[in-house]
Amino acid sequence: MTKTQSKITRDSALLALIQKLTETPGPSGQESLIRAAVLEEIKDHADEIRTDALGNLIARVGSKQDGGMRVMISAHIDEIGLMVTHVDANGFARFIAIGGVSPLTCIGGRVLFMNGARGVIGCERLEPNAAPTLDKLFIDTGALSKADCPVSVGDVCGFERPFLDLGAHLVAKSMDDRVAAVIAIQALRALKKTPHEVYFVFSVQEEVGLRGATTAAFGVNPDIGLAVDVTRTGDTPRGIKMEVALDKGPAIKVRDSSFIADPRVVNWMAASAESARIPYQLEVLEAGGTDGRAIQLAHAGVPAGCLSIPCRYIHSPSEMVSYTDVENAVRLLVRLLSEEIRLEYSTESAF
Amino acid sequence: MSPNQKKTPNSRQRIGKRQTDLLASLSNALSVSGDEQEVREIVLREVKPICQSVKVDALGNVLATRIGSGADKVRVMIAAHMDEVGFMLTQDEGDGLYGFSIVGGIDERQLVGKPVIVGREHIPGVIGAKAIHLTTPDERKIALKVEQLRIDLGPGGAGLANVGDRAGFATRYTEIGPSFRAKALDNRLGVVNLIELLRSAPENIDLLAAFTVQEEVGLRGARTAAYHFNPQIGIAVDSTPANDLPAYDEDDENTRYNTRLDHGPAIYLMDGATIADRRLAEWLMTSAEAEGIPYQIRQPNPGGTDAGAIHKTRAGVPSISVSVPQRYCHTAAGLIRKSDWENTLRLLGAALSRLDSKILTPLEA
Repeated sequence: MTKTQSKITRDSALLALIQKLTETPGPSGQESLIRAAVLEEIKDHADEIRTDALGNLIARVGSKQDGGMRVMISAHIDEIGLMVTHVDANGFARFIAIGGVSPLTCIGGRVLFMNGARGVIGCERLEPNAAPTLDKLFIDTGALSKADCPVSVGDVCGFERPFLDLGAHLVAKSMDDRVAAVIAIQALRALKKTPHEVYFVFSVQEEVGLRGATTAAFGVNPDIGLAVDVTRTGDTPRGIKMEVALDKGPAIKVRDSSFIADPRVVNWMAASAESARIPYQLEVLEAGGTDGRAIQLAHAGVPAGCLSIPCRYIHSPSEMVSYTDVENAVRLLVRLLSEEIRLEYSTESAF
Repeated sequence: MSPNQKKTPNSRQRIGKRQTDLLASLSNALSVSGDEQEVREIVLREVKPICQSVKVDALGNVLATRIGSGADKVRVMIAAHMDEVGFMLTQDEGDGLYGFSIVGGIDERQLVGKPVIVGREHIPGVIGAKAIHLTTPDERKIALKVEQLRIDLGPGGAGLANVGDRAGFATRYTEIGPSFRAKALDNRLGVVNLIELLRSAPENIDLLAAFTVQEEVGLRGARTAAYHFNPQIGIAVDSTPANDLPAYDEDDENTRYNTRLDHGPAIYLMDGATIADRRLAEWLMTSAEAEGIPYQIRQPNPGGTDAGAIHKTRAGVPSISVSVPQRYCHTAAGLIRKSDWENTLRLLGAALSRLDSKILTPLEA
């Protein structure tokens, strides 16, 4: 495996974009910086760009031709983070999670506040063998006292961890879901000819309940929609049992705990991947939700699916994806959007 | 905004007899989620004379509109839920004894020994339990479950109530010096505040007032109300717990008070259902500072208000919540300070008068 990986030719611009987007802070509700960063990447490539009332960045490419559809692609630009709930007399800041934050991955971590302040996460003395809970943790900003503390109730921070290039695999704090934003950006730029009206939505507040995609899907009112998001893998020592691994191609979601992908969408995606000889895996995720649910339930209902990027250590400061999976996801997404979409319940099961 | 700017008339709003009488009648009414008729009748009586349009929608929300006259009006939806947490009778066991379930969030430990009222007739009863004479020390350590409890109307109450009837705590509204003690202050305070805002609505906004149903069981009424109004801005006015009691361990700082009495209206930045729009938070805080109105930031915590439904409506509505802090929320008797109520009303009035569509300037891009 290592030998083949070392032969991968890698696109340095793509790596730089992944680094740039994963290192830009943007916890749910605080997406201005990351929205601006994405906008910068797409502004010369879209036919129309707008930001909606909740802050979703929505870019249109193409217009509906004969046989075309209005397609929504949703990649969320928010990430998990923390919000300060109290600063105590000694200047330690207590906090609450924004999205699914595990106390285990917090301790010793470093955070960057949207106001520029930095801090480290400490923990109260615990009973032996007790698992930490978030209410036992605090952020130490280096403040000498409450008055000296650079943050107050309501201030938001994200985890701070630089991008790490391990060759075949890439690691960053917010691969979930910036790697999907990168894939959407790459597809948006590469999409030269399409019969469809494609709306690339860089959605907000996914981590707190698919909120941005809910309103974006209402606004876009698509004929079909795909989320692009990370998914878990079963390829680590004594990990969860799951038929998804890094390096085997992007995953086509069959279901997760938030929605069941439209089987016609699954068939379309799988058939397209096969005809283009792009490796793919089918994904059944037992715990986790994506913007696909929000799209599916919009208006009178929308055929929806999800293109997933296998990712280890999701919601930790070191989320790991495969470089080739990213490239293949871009290829598959471009392919999907370039051709006429045929939605069929195949008698020949793709699985 | 300059702090020296002239204060708006609305910032001078005071709590007088009209407001306290209204809160008393609203609080004493029984309006458990799904059966909000009693409060709805009071609301309709109050708002019909002062609104251009009043309707009751399919779920039972009262939707009242007061149209402004300015050129650049902002369509603001303000929601206050009419329902309260309470009980529903589930089993008629004869002799006036009824099994019941809890509607909304009530700690089971709050039930034992409480006087209750049942149905639209307010039939008096009690949630009884074995007297201390007959209990063992071990029994007294264990909180009774709702399944073990009954609402007892006495034999005289047999046949008076039906399965499906709602019941609530029987606490009557009382003024205690600078405080008010009552049941259902969550959210009759919001209802009074919204009625008052309708009375004095400034001309720069269209005030779209939603007196909502079924908030306590999942923000259900606000969802359809917001769909109907399709507003530019959403505000939930509610009441939120104040846990500003002395910490049990004196060496310990109380880090989880949520809000504190007498510290002014609580502005939300995040709860379990909504991340507040920061432009709106800024607007409220700036207005409070300019008018010299105290305010506090509610500790970001779980919980939710109607804003959770409003902001996700249609293509999205920037939303926020403002609450009156209340001790002992969702129990038989809540306690609030008059100053907090008054300052909440002042803040909302003043902020609305200052509301300019410019704060909705599209987010960058």
